Amino acid sequence: MIRIRRAHVLAAAFAAALCVPAVSAGSGSGLPTSVGPGEGQLNLIAWEGYTQPQWVKPFEKATGCQVHAKYAGSSDEMVTLMRQGGGTQYDGVSASGDASLRLIYGHDVAAVNPALIPDWKNFIPALKSPPHNTVKGVHYGISLQWGPNTLLYNTKLVKPAPTSWSSIYSPKYKGKVTVPDNPIQIADAALYLSKAQPSLKITDPYELTSTQFNAAINLLKKQKPLIKKYWALASDEIDLFKNGDAVIGASWPYQTNTLQAAKVPVKDEIPKEGATGWADTWMISAHAKHPNCMYKWIAWVSTPKVQAQQAIYFGETPANPKACPIMNKLSPGSAAQYHCGASASYFNSIKFWKTPIATCDNGQNACMDYTKWQQAWTQLKG
Amino acid sequence: MEQRGTRVALGIWTALVVLFLWIPLALIAVYAFNKSNVQSWPIPAFSTHWFHAAWTSEVRTSLWLSVRVGLIATGIALVLGSMAAFGVARFSFFGRDAISFLLVLPIALPGIVTGIALNSAFVTGHINLSQWTIVVGHATFCVVIVYNNVLARLRRSSPSLLEASADLGADGWQTFRFVVWPVLSTALVAGGLLAFALSFDEVIVTTFTAGSQNTIPLLILGYIRLGQQLPVVNVIAFAMIVLTTIPVLLAQRLMRDTGVLRRSAGNVTEAVESAQVTAV
Amino acid sequence: MATSLDAAEGLSHRPPGRPARAARLRLSGLFWRHSWAKALLLLAPPLLAFILVYLASLAALFISSFWTIDPFTSELKHVWNVDNYRTLWQTGAYHSIALRTIGIAAAVTLTDAILAFPLGYFMARIASGRSRAFIFVAVLLPLWSSYLVRVYIWRLILDDKGVLNWALEKVGLPAANLGYSNWAVWLIFTYVWLPFMILPVYGALERIPDSYIEASRDLGAGGWTTFRRVLLPLALPGVVAGSIFTFSLTLGDYVTPLLAGGASSQFIGNVVYDAINTQQTPFAAAFAAVPLAVMGVYLLIARKLGAFEAL
Repeated sequence: MIRIRRAHVLAAAFAAALCVPAVSAGSGSGLPTSVGPGEGQLNLIAWEGYTQPQWVKPFEKATGCQVHAKYAGSSDEMVTLMRQGGGTQYDGVSASGDASLRLIYGHDVAAVNPALIPDWKNFIPALKSPPHNTVKGVHYGISLQWGPNTLLYNTKLVKPAPTSWSSIYSPKYKGKVTVPDNPIQIADAALYLSKAQPSLKITDPYELTSTQFNAAINLLKKQKPLIKKYWALASDEIDLFKNGDAVIGASWPYQTNTLQAAKVPVKDEIPKEGATGWADTWMISAHAKHPNCMYKWIAWVSTPKVQAQQAIYFGETPANPKACPIMNKLSPGSAAQYHCGASASYFNSIKFWKTPIATCDNGQNACMDYTKWQQAWTQLKG
Repeated sequence: MEQRGTRVALGIWTALVVLFLWIPLALIAVYAFNKSNVQSWPIPAFSTHWFHAAWTSEVRTSLWLSVRVGLIATGIALVLGSMAAFGVARFSFFGRDAISFLLVLPIALPGIVTGIALNSAFVTGHINLSQWTIVVGHATFCVVIVYNNVLARLRRSSPSLLEASADLGADGWQTFRFVVWPVLSTALVAGGLLAFALSFDEVIVTTFTAGSQNTIPLLILGYIRLGQQLPVVNVIAFAMIVLTTIPVLLAQRLMRDTGVLRRSAGNVTEAVESAQVTAV
Repeated sequence: MATSLDAAEGLSHRPPGRPARAARLRLSGLFWRHSWAKALLLLAPPLLAFILVYLASLAALFISSFWTIDPFTSELKHVWNVDNYRTLWQTGAYHSIALRTIGIAAAVTLTDAILAFPLGYFMARIASGRSRAFIFVAVLLPLWSSYLVRVYIWRLILDDKGVLNWALEKVGLPAANLGYSNWAVWLIFTYVWLPFMILPVYGALERIPDSYIEASRDLGAGGWTTFRRVLLPLALPGVVAGSIFTFSLTLGDYVTPLLAGGASSQFIGNVVYDAINTQQTPFAAAFAAVPLAVMGVYLLIARKLGAFEAL
């Protein structure tokens, strides 16, 4: 037994000693004031489609930082991966709003200096210092892109075209519905109920009292017999629609683009009740081994050209409005299609992902925290 | 010996089962030539484009990592597994059964349990996940495979061989070289090949013990997630089947038992011995 | 043979002062007299490695199942409690998940045993040398193609517009609705683990001497009786050994239910995986104790049936 503990301590001490050079570059005493030379490598955690060769290869050539990307399918996975190996495993993560606060409060990410990102000052005002990545005036990441969770449907088999989220809760397409396998889906049900059952008085789909929460769960329980499969991977949903196993469901624009490119007759839309969405931030690990490469990467993906390329590929909206004309050049009409440069009212109509916590907006501790969401989701799937 | 009808029926059953095993593999090969990156049936168009597309540096790095991890883990397994098998087969002591039981655990326990146990240990000990943590994870079940193979072989061979060798004046090293090695070599090769195969294809334990690097199964999982280059995945699988035909043929020749044991009706002692082994 | 005799003869003619070989002989003699030392030397490294790495981390994992995590930062808190086990015991959803996992594992084992036994018999006792080699390679090669790809191709086969329905349509049969369901999961597991069942069954059947069958015939038993009372009991250790693989591999898997399962196809492994990914390590450890306990019982039974010798 003593043997194990001593080895334990030695290993921890050794690893801690290794961490010191990395820490001095990021967090701690002060923000970096300049970006040094690249370290030759960059380890990222990213959503599928965020590190395509189209914009990764030019970056590698220009900076010498070889990019290794690990894909994660959910914000939860991203948080877990960031914490592996004492946080030194990965340099950065493209966290959505429901993971970013957890990473900040868990001291997994470092404060960043937006002055080192030339394009940051061009970002739309709402994404320069949004509450999901800026706490008490300190920036913990740089916004990247944002987008809605859409209603995807097969235009040949779903008639008339749906206009409301009720179409995925009604038995009309029983056995052919698919929704994401993610506890945050409960917010989608809550969003629908906020309009369909106003008596519940749901204002924020991420802050639910137990009555509101149970109503959402009941709606999802009624939906369960209609579901063919809860898709965990984007490619799952693509396969489901391609091979006729699903005809309607909740989705990301990425799937719509891929299916349409494969000539599957699908369309997506934001129904009348509105939509949940995600706003992604590139965050730097508090113990990043290659912080300079990370800064270079963030600067690169904030430039108008890369913002446009990524927006078109994934089907999302750039944070940098200078990308809009480039989007139209690469793919005519895409700027309007993906709401580039959209008005503030459209932006505000999307209910962006954020981590549910026990403290409601009114200060009371009556809301359900994320652990309860996760448990309820697992038990719902059964 | 058996009736003609039984032989035919069994032959047909065997053929059907082999077909069941191979039709999906044939489909994998067919899909490797699928032109579109979205998999559907029937295949709209064929192309060999993906074979070239599959040979990227990413695939090469992962392949090389998988081979490295497999070789190291198998090497560790060969040494530790045979040592343990020798200890258990040739000596009888208190707790021997318990040790035997313990050494089956890595295979018998769900891979996810091994995976998360090791992951927790590495996270708590602030050990970075790297090639070496993958090796540790793989070594746990590779040792078991080799251990079982060597143990089975030792049980089938007579312990008095070692004593006879010593009687004839050989020292430990000579005994090993001239007596032990010939008896064990095929068991070690068979165990090593099977251990390498398991390590090469392992995904669950590897998910929890790999850092930012990808072995081939992790790479395939990444491609499946992305959904953009699925034929590449089929190409890799197809290539693996083709390439591993030779080692498997070799393994079969080595593990082949010519049936002498079974067919010699007059060899009562050996038959009794083998029956005792299986009936215990 | 000649070599060792020569060596033995050579020994008596060797000059007495040959140090290296004399030392080796002395060492061999030492180990012979104190065989426990040899046993210790052989067993110590593997066991130590095993205990330190594997068992210690397993123990640490299960100790953590009695702790909790902070709800917001998800850090492990060393507060002893049995809440996780209580939740498992009281919530019906986890019961059905566990029963589904164990049930499908048992079904897969049974199906694989039924598929493998006649094939093993054919391979061991009827096939000629070359056919046996061919079947052996045919059974072993699928293990070398990626597990993930095999699961994925079955998903394509069982899709609504996949190969199976296409073939059924061509023959005029109605489409099967097997995709994304527990049927698909059972079928895929049966497919993927079949070689693991065939090999030990073949090994066990191959070791049964012909003389036993002949003796059984001589004593007047027909084919079925011989099968039931001679072959089956002797081959049982092999079947049980194979079942250890199929049962435990199915029990702990989460990839196949994730890729090919339907809306109600969660396995214990999926819940554990999700819990780990959401930093709920204590709960994951608690639920992981279920397959651990099930396999513990299974292994004890298997040992009684002599499976360990047939692995």
